[in-house]
Amino acid sequence: MAVDIQGLTEIRWHARGGQGAVTAAKTLAEMSLVRDMFFQAFPEYGPERMGAPIRCFNRLSTNKISTYCGITNPQIVVVVDPTVMETVDVAEGMKEDGILIINTHYDPATIRKKTGVEGKKIYTVDATHISLDALGRFMPNIPMLGALLSVTGLLSKEDAIEFLKSSFGKKFPQKVVDNNIVALDRAYEEVKGE
Amino acid sequence: MVIAKSNTLALQGTEAVALAMKQINPDMVAAYPITPQTEIVQGFSQFVADGEVDTHLVNVESEHSAMSACIGGASAGGRVMTATSSQGLALMWELLYIASGLRLPMVMPNVNRTLSAPINIHCDHSDSMGARDAGWIHLFSENAQEAYDNTLQAVRISEHPQVRLPVMVLLDGFIISHSLDRMESLEDSTVKEFVDVFKPEFSLLDAKTPTCIGAFDGLYGYFFEFKRQQEEAMRNAFQVVKDVGKEYGELTGRPYGVFEAFGLEDAEFAIIVLGSAAGTVRHEVECMRSRGIPIGMIKLRLFRPFPANELIEAVSHLKAVAVFDRSDTFAGGMGGPVFTDLRSALYESEKKPLMVNYIYGLGGRDLPVELINKAATELEQVAQSGQVKEKINYLGLKE
Repeated sequence: MAVDIQGLTEIRWHARGGQGAVTAAKTLAEMSLVRDMFFQAFPEYGPERMGAPIRCFNRLSTNKISTYCGITNPQIVVVVDPTVMETVDVAEGMKEDGILIINTHYDPATIRKKTGVEGKKIYTVDATHISLDALGRFMPNIPMLGALLSVTGLLSKEDAIEFLKSSFGKKFPQKVVDNNIVALDRAYEEVKGE
Repeated sequence: MVIAKSNTLALQGTEAVALAMKQINPDMVAAYPITPQTEIVQGFSQFVADGEVDTHLVNVESEHSAMSACIGGASAGGRVMTATSSQGLALMWELLYIASGLRLPMVMPNVNRTLSAPINIHCDHSDSMGARDAGWIHLFSENAQEAYDNTLQAVRISEHPQVRLPVMVLLDGFIISHSLDRMESLEDSTVKEFVDVFKPEFSLLDAKTPTCIGAFDGLYGYFFEFKRQQEEAMRNAFQVVKDVGKEYGELTGRPYGVFEAFGLEDAEFAIIVLGSAAGTVRHEVECMRSRGIPIGMIKLRLFRPFPANELIEAVSHLKAVAVFDRSDTFAGGMGGPVFTDLRSALYESEKKPLMVNYIYGLGGRDLPVELINKAATELEQVAQSGQVKEKINYLGLKE
């Protein structure tokens, strides 16, 4: 399932305000430091309000990154909240061999049929239920990050968990850290492609 | 699990600047929030609250007060800092001239954001360009690393006995201020040694040497001479900026000059640009050069004072130059501030390139690689044909 992370990988996250997508993008960037990679994580600033569709972005590379413009043709798109797909074309500008990772309980073939996305690889994971089970609330960001790490092979599950322990451990109570680790672990295992 | 190096960090531009301020450990910081600068003073306030610095933090009620407090603090012999953006810088207006006129060293990161109207919180350089003639030194940064490095060097430049002028460190709003980037930090002890202890020439608190600062100086005083000397200090700043940049390079492996040239020696035409766009331009210039296109570029770091002599030397052999300006002068066809300065600087040169201006990115409008390529391709046409079709161009308009 691993994708080539040599060269420059551009990622776009789709979510709604308040679902933690910006945190996930930043965490991904920090995690890539473990692999001695170069990175950017940046949100698209507009009128920030809870529940409105938002986008944020990552650039990852084994080489120094010097482009400071927006990302319009991402290789990877992560859909944190499937309901944004009703109003936002999440595949916009994607490369033909791009990867879509969607939070949904449908399998990849079904979601392809429902969305009409042609080409591209589709992966799905039920991050909503994973987060409800693990955290007791709808916070699908870390499970989606787990799915992304699994699909890209950017970081092993063990390294990702160790990172969460040390990084989240400084900011959140132990219970929140533990629950997020469970959520990441499950999504890492359960994400499936067609 | 291996974390690359302990000094390799993932920081936003604002966090990088706040870290530099923490390591500088100024005597006084005046704090007032404004987007997109807020996280600088917010982060620094946290360091104060956590007891990580000895700084006297002054929470003020406006930017006008922030700069007033800095003027007071610097007059009292303190090493002082504040940070601002956009409307905040505009509100400091009259004080900016007082800080430089009193020859008070201080460092102020300004996160570049446009000025309203229409209301807009995003990046362009019109805020600091508006303060172009206020007698401050302007250092532009491409990314978080440079914002950090510039903040540290600004202390030394500002306090140099031959300069003694306030310095603005500029970084692009949101694009750099709110983007998480990889950067290298220095050890606290290294910074402490580099910035050393501020030795003010005069201090209001020095009771043994009573001093009057900011006295009235009318028709029969020395106002004119003060101003002439301010200009002399700006001229002195060229060498100081270079010396400090060289010393910083020996310390860190990241040397700084007044600008950074790329591929100019064998280029026939080149782009000159400030701030974060320089990174994207360099990317495109590298791509074009790999296809054998004779293009080069200059990333201007020092905008005030304007390094005219070095720029003339760097570009006079070129057939054509495109200046990218992220602000306009509204002068009715004269172009952006960097364009007008460079054009004026080249007036006496026997050999000089044809010049075109591209105004871009106002109010945060994106500058993608495709637009840079479009401008570069038009520039190649200018170089080949020897003719400028359109002198002032607006890159990426929707109209």
